[in-house]
Amino acid sequence: MTATRLLTIGPLAFLALFFAYPLLSILARSFGGGAFGLQPFEAILGDGYYIGRIWFTVWQAAVSTGLTLLLGLPAAYLFAKHGFPGKTVLTALTTLPFIMPTIVVAMGFVALLGPQGLVNNALMSVFGEGAPQVNITNTLTIIFMAHAFYNYAIVVRIVSAFWANLTPRFGESAAMLGAGRVQTFFQVTLPLLMPAIWSSAVLVFVFSFTSFGVVLVLGGSTFATLEVSIYELTVKLFRLEVAGALAIVQLVFTTAFLLIYTRLQTKGAVVVTFVPQNVILRRKRSTRDIVVAAGIVIALLVILSPLWALIIRALSTPDGYSLAHYGALFSDDRDSFFYRSPQKVIWNSVRFALASMGIALVVGTAAAYVIAGRRRSSIRDALFMLPLGVSAVTLGFGFLIAFNRQPIDLRGSWVILVIAHSLVAYPFVIRSLLPVLRGMPPHLKESAALLGASPRSVFLHIELPLITRALLVGATFAFAISMGEFGASMLLVRPEFTTIPVAIFRLLAQPGASNLGQALAMSTLLMAVVAAGFMAIERLRYRNLGSF
Amino acid sequence: MRIQIALAALVLIAALTAACGGREDNELVIMTHDSFDISEAVIKEFELANDATVVIQKAGDAGEALVRAILEKGNPSADLLYGIDNTYLGRALEQEIFDPYEPDLLGAVPARFILDDTGHVTPIDYGYVNLNYGVAALAELGLSPPTTLEELTTSAWEGQVVVQNPASSSPGLAFLIATVDYFGENDDYDYLDFWRDLKENGLLVKDGWSDAYYTDFAPYGGDRSLVVSYATSPAAEVFFAAAPIDVPPTGNVLIDKATFLQIEGIGILKGTNSKNLAKNFIDYALGLRFQEDFPGKMFVYPVNEDAKTPDFFKFAEEPTRPADISAQEISEKRESWIQNWTEVVFR
Repeated sequence: MTATRLLTIGPLAFLALFFAYPLLSILARSFGGGAFGLQPFEAILGDGYYIGRIWFTVWQAAVSTGLTLLLGLPAAYLFAKHGFPGKTVLTALTTLPFIMPTIVVAMGFVALLGPQGLVNNALMSVFGEGAPQVNITNTLTIIFMAHAFYNYAIVVRIVSAFWANLTPRFGESAAMLGAGRVQTFFQVTLPLLMPAIWSSAVLVFVFSFTSFGVVLVLGGSTFATLEVSIYELTVKLFRLEVAGALAIVQLVFTTAFLLIYTRLQTKGAVVVTFVPQNVILRRKRSTRDIVVAAGIVIALLVILSPLWALIIRALSTPDGYSLAHYGALFSDDRDSFFYRSPQKVIWNSVRFALASMGIALVVGTAAAYVIAGRRRSSIRDALFMLPLGVSAVTLGFGFLIAFNRQPIDLRGSWVILVIAHSLVAYPFVIRSLLPVLRGMPPHLKESAALLGASPRSVFLHIELPLITRALLVGATFAFAISMGEFGASMLLVRPEFTTIPVAIFRLLAQPGASNLGQALAMSTLLMAVVAAGFMAIERLRYRNLGSF
Repeated sequence: MRIQIALAALVLIAALTAACGGREDNELVIMTHDSFDISEAVIKEFELANDATVVIQKAGDAGEALVRAILEKGNPSADLLYGIDNTYLGRALEQEIFDPYEPDLLGAVPARFILDDTGHVTPIDYGYVNLNYGVAALAELGLSPPTTLEELTTSAWEGQVVVQNPASSSPGLAFLIATVDYFGENDDYDYLDFWRDLKENGLLVKDGWSDAYYTDFAPYGGDRSLVVSYATSPAAEVFFAAAPIDVPPTGNVLIDKATFLQIEGIGILKGTNSKNLAKNFIDYALGLRFQEDFPGKMFVYPVNEDAKTPDFFKFAEEPTRPADISAQEISEKRESWIQNWTEVVFR
C-alpha cells in the first residue's frame, strides 16, 4: 500500500466509521429497519408547514451569510494589513462570540438591548421618560444580528490568514498602471481573495442553515428551522420516521449547496504567490490608513458589546459591583452530587478540546491534501464537509445506537464526545487549508525535489511554513468548537465529564438570581480560558521563518 | 510523517474505544434528565450500604432521556431510568422498556401519586407547573395577579405572557394540558379559542424554560410579567437570592384547574444485569433519607407522606385544585393537543 493511498484511506475511514455508520444506523432504525417507504417524505413535502420551514431555513441562512460577510471583511483587512499593539488580544477577542453558549449570548443581547438593557436605560436617562426605545428582542432582526455576531469570526480568521500572505505585487502593478485604491481593491485584490471568501461563506451558510439554539433563544419558537423541527419530531412527538425523512431532506439541501460551492471553488482557484507578512504590513502608514484602522478597531469593540454587557452583569450584585458570584461558584456549600469545582470543569473542557483539536488537525489536513491533489475533487470535497450539514440530533442518537456493543461500547465514555466534536471541527481545518494548498505553485515543491530534498523535508521546509497560518486558524476553530459545544455534551453527561457549557446550563436550570450570577461568572471564565487558548495557539507560529 | 501520525491517531482511537467498553461489577447506572440533583452524601450512603458504585448518567431533558432509553431497549446502558413523568408515562409503557417492581414503601405514598397501576414506574417526587408573576413588574403596571385565565386575553395583559413551546418543553406541555382541562375540548370557548386569543394578545413562545425565564421574564430584564414556571420557583428565588431576602421577587398564579400536577417516577430498564441493586435503589429512593434530601436540591415535593420539606418551602404554595387529567388520557391525546396548538399558535 502506498503512502498516498493510506493518506486517502485514513480520513475516509474516519468519515465512514464515525459519520456514515451512525447516520445509517439511526435512519435504518427510524424507518423501522424494513421497507424504505416514501410515505414520510410525502408527509413532509405535502405539508405546507414543512415547506415553509425549509424555505425559511434557506433564506434566513442566505441573509445571515451576507450580513456576516459585510461585518467580517473589513476586520479581515485590518488583521491582514495592519500591525498594531494589542493585535493578538484583539484577534482572540474577535473569535470569542463563536464559542459562547447561545443562551448566554441571548442574555448578553438582553442586557444590552432588552427593555431594561443598557442602551434603553441610556436613552431614557438622556431623553427622559418618553425616550425612543429600541425594541428588537424576539424579532427576525435579532436573529440576523446574532448569526452575524456568532459567525463573523469565521470570515475574519479565514480571509485574513489568506490575505496576510498574499503577494502585494498585483496590487502594486495596478497602482502603477494608474488604478485608484477602490478600483484596485475590486478588480485585483477581491478576485484574488475569492477562494478564501467562498471558503468562509460556505461555513457560515451551513452553520446558519443548521442553526438551532440562536434562532430559538433569540427569536422565539415562531422562527423554527428544519433542525428545530427534527428535534421536536424526535424527542417530543417520537415520530422517528418523519424526523428521519426531514433529516434526509436537510442533508440533501446541504449536499446540494456544498456541491455548488465546491464546483465554484475549484473553478475559481488561482495560483498565487505567498510572501511573509512583514513584506505586506504597511510600514509607512498614511493618516488615512490609521483612521480607517482605528475605525475598524472601534467597530469591532462595538460588535463585541454583548460580551461586555455579560461581564458587567456577572460583576453586578445587589450591593454594587463585586466578585460575589465568583466566590459562590468556587464554594460547594450544597454538597450536590453534580457539583464540580470550576478548576475541574475547566480542565475537562480543555483536555477534551485539545484531544478534539488533535484529531481534527490530523483528519482535516489529510483530507485537505486528498482534495487539493485531485483535479475533479468537488464531490469528494462536499463529502468531507457533510458532518457540518447533518442534523446534530439525528447523528447524536445515531452514535448511541451505533456504538453500543462490545468491543466498541462508547455510550458511557468521553471518547464519544471528543469524536463528535472533532467531526464538526475538522471541516474548519479543511476550509482554512484548501485555499492555500490550491494556491501553492507546484514548481516550488518540484524544484525542491529536483534539488534532492526528500518528501519529508519538502513538507517541513516548503509546505509547512506556507500552511502554518492556515493550520493555526483551523486549530483555533477546532479548539473553539469543542470548548463551546453543548448539545452532544448534554446528551452524554456524567458528573465527572462536566464541561464549562454544561456547568453553565446546570446553573441556568433553576430559578434564582444567584444561579444566574454564577452562570454568567462561569461564562466569563469560559471567555478567559478560550481567549488564553487562542493566544497560546497563535504563539505556535513557525518562528524560524519569519512571520508567515 | 503525516501518515504515521494519522495511523497512530486511528490506532489510538480504536484502542481507547475498545478500552472503555465493559462495566464494573456492582455498578449501578442511573439514567436521568439534566435537572436531577441530590446530595453527594446520600448517594455515598447507598454505595456503602450496598457495596456498590453509583454512576449517574444525564441524557439531556426528560424527553431525550426517554428516547435514548427506547433506542437502547434490550441492551440498556443504564439500569434505572429516573424522571419519567405523567406526560411521558404512556410512551414509556407502550414501548415496554421497564420491568415491573412494587416496593413495600409504596404504602407511604398517597393514592393520587400512584402513576402506574401496572407497577412499572414508581413515583418519587411531584411538583406543580403554573404561571409565575414578577412582583415589581405587576406593581409598575398597576395590576394584581390574574384570577382567571380568560383575563389574560384582555388588553390589560397585552404582551405580558411568555410560555414554553409544548412541542419542546415539559412545563410548556404541562401548562397546555392544564388549559385543556380548564377550558375543555369541545365547549363553546375551548382551549384552542383561548390560545388563539392569547396569541392575538401578544403571546410569546420560547422553546425552553431557561430561555423564557432568564431572557424574557421581567425580574431578569425581559418585558414579560407572567411566565410558565413551577409553584416552588418563588421559594427557589429566596433560596438562591444574590443577597438574603425574606420576600420572594416572584409569586404564584394559582387558579383552579390552571395548574398541572407533575409526578416523576423511576423504573428498572429491561435487560439490566443489576436488577437486585436497582430494586434496592428504588427502595432507598422512597425512604426518608432520599425523600427529605432532594426537595432542597430540585425544588420538588417528596411523594412519601412521612417526609418533611425544608423550611424555605414556606414560600411555595401547593395549589388546591390542579387540572385533573389522567396519564392515560394524556398519552392518547398529547400528540393531537400539541398539533392543534401548533396549528393555532404558529401557522
